[in-house]
Amino acid sequence: MVRVTHWLTFIAFIALLVTGGEIVISHPRFYWGEVGNVNTKPLFVIPIPSSRDTVPTGYNYVMPDQNGWSRSLHFEAAWVAVLTGLVYGIYGLFSGHFKKDLIAKRRDWTWRAYRDRTAKYLRRAPPGEAEEISYNVLQRTAYVLVIFVLFPLIIWTGLAMSPSFTAAFPATVELLGGRQSARTIHFFVSWLLLLFLFVHVAMVALSGFRKRMRAMITGYTRDREESQ
Amino acid sequence: MNPITRRRLIYGSAAAVAGVAGLAAADRLAKRYGLIPPDSSGIYGPGETLTYACQRLLTTRTPAREFPRSMISKNPFANALYAQPLGDDFRKMQDRGFKDWRLVVDGTVAHPMSFSLADLKSLGLHSQITEVACEEGWSYIAEWIGTPLSAVLREAEVLPQTQYVVYRTIEEGAWESIDIRDASDPHTLLTMGMNDGDLPVPFGGPLRLRVPRQLGYKSLKYINRITATDNIRKFGRGLGGVDPEYGYSWYAGM
Repeated sequence: MVRVTHWLTFIAFIALLVTGGEIVISHPRFYWGEVGNVNTKPLFVIPIPSSRDTVPTGYNYVMPDQNGWSRSLHFEAAWVAVLTGLVYGIYGLFSGHFKKDLIAKRRDWTWRAYRDRTAKYLRRAPPGEAEEISYNVLQRTAYVLVIFVLFPLIIWTGLAMSPSFTAAFPATVELLGGRQSARTIHFFVSWLLLLFLFVHVAMVALSGFRKRMRAMITGYTRDREESQ
Repeated sequence: MNPITRRRLIYGSAAAVAGVAGLAAADRLAKRYGLIPPDSSGIYGPGETLTYACQRLLTTRTPAREFPRSMISKNPFANALYAQPLGDDFRKMQDRGFKDWRLVVDGTVAHPMSFSLADLKSLGLHSQITEVACEEGWSYIAEWIGTPLSAVLREAEVLPQTQYVVYRTIEEGAWESIDIRDASDPHTLLTMGMNDGDLPVPFGGPLRLRVPRQLGYKSLKYINRITATDNIRKFGRGLGGVDPEYGYSWYAGM
């Protein structure tokens, strides 16, 4: 179940990333507060051409408009991610997966444990016996942050941009400081998730790409010959 | 891996049968309660349908967000920098102060009629301070003054089988539609004024349909015809608007 939901989330995340990028191109300016447009001062501007001729970018070039399919795919992929997350959340709660695999054990929840494990990574020491089948404290912290902080935050900030959802639940956007603040936070959280993806894939590669991939797809943690 | 045991097979088949039956029941219920949008076909259909169905179940009766007067944007953006010229007929009407502007109301109504701007104003003016949010990401807040679409539909006596309201503009090929629930919302406003003045032409004057619980592309400018219907498939390619034909969602409440 963890593996199936992992790969579904991966597909949805890539779709969300690509289409989200396309949507940003139609207005590569970010603001803080409730409102913002080309007549107001931006918080920051991404120095890329836009797919709209109404946005002053400094480029004498308008990118092709890809927002139609991008938006439709963005929301459909968001549904896949949210429904998958729901299944994973219910499974994780009732199967003990969260408690057993993700929440750091109390005795590991110390600066010392973090420091020791970081030092071990820096020495590129091989993982211990326990780490072959479970996660260490740094991994647990990263996964908990992504699963319980970043994913909920990106869903929340996404919904806070929906005019009819915020009509029903105005506090969801007011707590964030307004519609444009929600959009800006949504943008930064997607970068944090992308950063996680890079580190995650790099760690998989460093620990033996083929071996880890096999584990992530089939669930086997050791070579078949070894386990026999 | 775990072998396929008889018990697993039975549980699996039972789950599959229950899933198919559940989907069929959900489909029937969704059709009955009007939870299927016109653009429910194609690869993005499931996403569009889930969004629309959830919004209809959760947010149909909640009014649009309104803002204090102090939050009205000082520099609203008309999004009309490079818009198509509106043509000579429009300029002639503009020169006469839009006295001959007509809004035709037809379709599934007991009394097809035509309204001048003065006729619309006589139905009662309402004002709201709401945000225009564009699908591109930008937004502004303004005060909008006009006549609720619901008042016009009441005047023409919209028939009970009506499911959608199609609206068209003086711009060739521009049309959109909303369901009867959004059309009946008091915030869905045939707008003639903005921030205590007449609605400026770049912002859609003399007549713009504001649909504040959906993105800006549903708030068409220069409205001249409204058609109530019980069959949205008859219009264009049957997707409920020109934006869905370009791949944009018909339901833009997100």
